[in-house]
Amino acid sequence: MTKTLLDKIWDAHEVAPGLLYIDLHLVHEVTSPQAFDALRLAGRTVRRPDRTLATADHNVPTDAPAAAAQIADHLSRKQVEALERNCREFAVPIYSVGSQRQGIVHVIGPELGVTQPGMTIVCGDSHTATHGALGALAFGIGTSEVEHVLATQTLQQSKPRAMLIRYEGELGFGVTAKDLILGTIGQMGVEGGVGHVIEYAGPVIEALSMEGRMTVCNMTIEGGGRAGMVAPDDTTFEWLEGRPAAPDPTPEEWRGLRTDPGASFDREMVVDAAALSPQVTWGTTPGMVASVTATVPDPRTEGEERALVYMDLEAGTPIQEIALDRVFIGSCTNARVGDLRAAAAIVEGRRVAESLEAMVVPGSQQVKAEAEAEGLDEVFRRAGFDWRSAGCSMCLGMNPDVLAPGERCASTSNRNFEGRQGRGGRSHLVSPQMAAAAAIEGRFVDVREWSL
Amino acid sequence: MKPVGVVQGGVSVLDRDDVDTDQIMPKQFLKRVERSGFGEFLFHDWAKEPGWRLERNPILVTGRNFGCGSSREHAPWGLQDYGFEAIVAPSFADIFHSNCTKIGLLPVVLPADEVRALMEAREARVDLERRTVEHGGRAVAFEIDDQTRHRLLNGLDDIGITLGQADSIEAYERDRERVGPVTTAL
Repeated sequence: MTKTLLDKIWDAHEVAPGLLYIDLHLVHEVTSPQAFDALRLAGRTVRRPDRTLATADHNVPTDAPAAAAQIADHLSRKQVEALERNCREFAVPIYSVGSQRQGIVHVIGPELGVTQPGMTIVCGDSHTATHGALGALAFGIGTSEVEHVLATQTLQQSKPRAMLIRYEGELGFGVTAKDLILGTIGQMGVEGGVGHVIEYAGPVIEALSMEGRMTVCNMTIEGGGRAGMVAPDDTTFEWLEGRPAAPDPTPEEWRGLRTDPGASFDREMVVDAAALSPQVTWGTTPGMVASVTATVPDPRTEGEERALVYMDLEAGTPIQEIALDRVFIGSCTNARVGDLRAAAAIVEGRRVAESLEAMVVPGSQQVKAEAEAEGLDEVFRRAGFDWRSAGCSMCLGMNPDVLAPGERCASTSNRNFEGRQGRGGRSHLVSPQMAAAAAIEGRFVDVREWSL
Repeated sequence: MKPVGVVQGGVSVLDRDDVDTDQIMPKQFLKRVERSGFGEFLFHDWAKEPGWRLERNPILVTGRNFGCGSSREHAPWGLQDYGFEAIVAPSFADIFHSNCTKIGLLPVVLPADEVRALMEAREARVDLERRTVEHGGRAVAFEIDDQTRHRLLNGLDDIGITLGQADSIEAYERDRERVGPVTTAL
């Protein structure tokens, strides 16, 4: 019988019907304290600390605190300290504030090589879909399920449906993985993938770097999909080589982790990659997105009308006339070293517009160190960017990096929801290249023409 | 988890699509390490808008793709703490739907026109045993998978059930667990 990649991973992890074994449980400070408390109350233990890994990311200020005690915000400090205490008590390994391996949970998993092809991976965070880029089945869960996995190393799950998104054609010059996924969500809608695990395929996906594949899988949840995945190939295996937890040599069975020819999906969608241009969101869901060459569209629904009011935009305004107050390059979507290199190449030798503030937040301490070894920090600093330390930063505003009410930001993150980056803040999602060029010009520009 | 059988009473309406969990429970309240007391922060920012009104009722009726975005269980905790026991919508985001069923907050999916009709009702009765939503003298059937229904009706503790299968988990770990990264050895 032919099988999809999802079938293969699912079948290898079914302990009993509807009970899925979890190979790796990633933990962070925001969605775990109540789960650890409940374990304690029930007198339960963590079943497999050796399959669990914690880090602090959401609350961490990006001014490089050396320890949790240095976090000024009282509640943030308490939450990170609670994570450290819980991990000590339950013997869970942790890279907290001050560790050279600390970083955004979806950056450090692949970076350490604990994310591997064929695994089941969960985390109390919707962007867990990121790890699917390495050919794993990875999805976000809530705190009750975090508790369940801590106690049992399994999850009660009914099998999601399988969806294939196949890309045809090649990405044009200046069009990135971020534009690919934003354009896809624009076409499928923000609930287009509900109930499905999405496998991304086609020559464009095969040609993407691992970092690009992570960007695509990361935003699967923004299209409603439970998990995104890409079949592992030589790009994956080479990227994993030499990472701390990666096996050596590459296991032969990893090569079998791909959808069999002729296997059927519950749903298939074809996207013309060649037709995509750099994308900019104009509204308050990631599906409200347009080409940088377009204008803000006429609202078709009450939701879109509401979004234009919130965003303080008029229909018909050219996207390239939208002026910005802030630029944020960071987040689990676009803060890997490849993302920073791409942005640095745009800003090198140029200056950030007087009218705005721009910041770069590496996704992990290791990304930061690697970027600094290449001199990227100097490129950004010379251009007028603020170079920060690792964390979720302005992606979600749980730390001091937030937009002020009314501020408009070009952001490489994943959500442009109302207030996401700070109450009253207005977010436009773009690629690192587009964010970098916007920082220089003070408004959106078409990076394809601008960089000539 | 408290068993859920019949939810009966007033209907509150939030007529918006794609309501994300950042709106339901904004980020600043996620720093709390407690599980209770989230009701007062529900829709914190929207509640400041002129004309906002969301009565404390047992039933919330809302638009499609409710609960999209972040996996924060703080959103269903807040809705439940506010007083909602059942949420009726044309569709829910996956993680939010799952989170609701873990805490005994009943998510009910009805066709969009039936949701629209329910928005006009002042009171309704959601019967999980019979899988119906009743209002204005009519009963509309809804679907929910048998296992979730069984767990909700009986208020079962998932972890307790799974630990009852500890032998199977041990057998899996012994016989089928793949070689994989050992986080404690890093």
